[in-house]
Amino acid sequence: MERFIALRLLQAIPVILAVITVTFFLVRVAPGGPFDSEKAVIPEVKAALERQYRLDLPLLQQYTAYLGDLAQGDLGPSFKYPGRSVNELIAAGLPVTAELGLYALLVAVLIGGSAGIFASLKPNTAQDYLPMAAAMIGICMPTFLLGPLLVLVFGIHLEWLPVSGWGDIPGDKLLPSITLGAAYAAYIARLSRAGMLEVLNQDYIRTARAKGLPEWQVVVKHALRGGLIPVVAFLGPAFAGLLAGSFVVETIFQIPGLGRFYVQAAFNRDYTMILGTTVFLSTLIVLFNLASDILAAWLNPRLRHQFGSSR
Amino acid sequence: MSDVASTLEYAEAGTSLWQDAWVRLRRNRLAVFGLVVMATLIVLALLTPWIAPYAYDAQDLDLGATPPSAAHWLGTDVFGRDMLTQILYGGRISLAVGFVATAVALLIGVTWGAIAGYAGGKVDAVMMRLVDILYALPFMIFIVLLMVVFGRNVLLLFLAIGAVEWLTMARIMRGQVQSLRQQEFVEAAISIGLPTTTIIRRHLVPNALGPIIVYTTLTIPQVMLLEAFLSFLGLGIQPPQTSWGLLISYGAETMEEYPWLLIFPGAALTLTLFSLNFLGDGLRDALDVRGAKD
Repeated sequence: MERFIALRLLQAIPVILAVITVTFFLVRVAPGGPFDSEKAVIPEVKAALERQYRLDLPLLQQYTAYLGDLAQGDLGPSFKYPGRSVNELIAAGLPVTAELGLYALLVAVLIGGSAGIFASLKPNTAQDYLPMAAAMIGICMPTFLLGPLLVLVFGIHLEWLPVSGWGDIPGDKLLPSITLGAAYAAYIARLSRAGMLEVLNQDYIRTARAKGLPEWQVVVKHALRGGLIPVVAFLGPAFAGLLAGSFVVETIFQIPGLGRFYVQAAFNRDYTMILGTTVFLSTLIVLFNLASDILAAWLNPRLRHQFGSSR
Repeated sequence: MSDVASTLEYAEAGTSLWQDAWVRLRRNRLAVFGLVVMATLIVLALLTPWIAPYAYDAQDLDLGATPPSAAHWLGTDVFGRDMLTQILYGGRISLAVGFVATAVALLIGVTWGAIAGYAGGKVDAVMMRLVDILYALPFMIFIVLLMVVFGRNVLLLFLAIGAVEWLTMARIMRGQVQSLRQQEFVEAAISIGLPTTTIIRRHLVPNALGPIIVYTTLTIPQVMLLEAFLSFLGLGIQPPQTSWGLLISYGAETMEEYPWLLIFPGAALTLTLFSLNFLGDGLRDALDVRGAKD
């Protein structure tokens, strides 16, 4: 197991490095510098700005300098918000996005997981079809449609919940969290149903039943662990999807998180902000995929022993 | 799918697997519903210039936004443009992006996965690690940058989305090829000295076709969703062209006063995604030989 973790950690390093490199050069070769926008800037001012942001150096030197900064945890300055660093902007946005993502993940795992397990216990009955039909709706309803529809119904017509904001009015975190989590709840419901069905048909479950264990013990103690492996493996990719979803949800509900910063940076051509945020988010995604792989391997005894014995 | 008996059966009986699958697919009512809806939508999209009730650029500023009526079945938007016409033209673009970008993804992914799975060893490790790297890269930046460099055009959007979506296809194809190449008929093909390209083209790709078809069907809705997502953020289709994602984004801005501007394009997109997903699920059940024998 330790060998498996070490191996995956080692593999993650070149991935992160490649992400930094590709992003850096993509951002740098894009035409239209950040300073040749609407207003013409005096050449001297432009030169000074370019010196300040190291744009006057050769590309390769810019790259090594950026890597040096990164090694010290410095993601660079922002082009559009003078005097503010990407680190500050991320520090301001990240807690909000992390909280939103956490609630969405809770919605996804709790609702999706229990719906999937519930459905798997009586396959091909109403108890199976109803949650699975709901899951299908969840998968087919895009976040950017679900959000406005929820606002229309619960915010505008029923006036039960606030239509925007984050932490200003009680209850304003509910709609964004549900909007972001719904699609993942649907996927998790389908995955946990399929995983549970496969496990429930296996011999060791029959043995557990045959030795007279009550059904709830069979499900909770024996089936869940194996049946939820696909769900755990899904959590890594789901995290990346949640981040992308937060772009839309934060835009719809006007939440001052990282996702909205990122979209604005793209529109503003704030290259350092795009670069810094991409490097940060990509590293986060790689680490999450790693964690979810390791957790899935740990839950799967075959994998655990395979790597354990070769030590 | 991967057991020798079914492969041999397929090789001997020719089309019987596909006939079998077709019979099973027809028994699945949801899949048939999906198939019918998609066929209808494709016909509508192809005929749009002739059947749309109004011209695409026709507007009536005096009329403004009106709810559904006899003259405008789905109402009009704030510029007095007919919503049905907008949705028909938007659907053309949304469907085109879905199909073309998926075709791009299919081509790259299948080739890449087949080579990696067949070569194995170091080549496989390097190729699949590259896939992992691309997985980790948020696609947003690719598309945004490409849009900045080349201007925002539809063709580029096709390529950009296709270039992102091929990754899963490559992984599936690689898995298929890896399990297929262990089998006797491939060893036999190698032993009689067939060139590698022929083995891949004639023996591996056809036998991996089932999962490829299923995932293609399931990739189209994902691609359409991605296009709509980008258009919603203002990074995809640009006016004067339109797509369902863009219509939804406009609709969301004015939904308080004119909810039908959000609901109709939203319904069109959701119905399409539903149909494609039902069809994909139906195909998966219909083509899964192992599942059918159980």
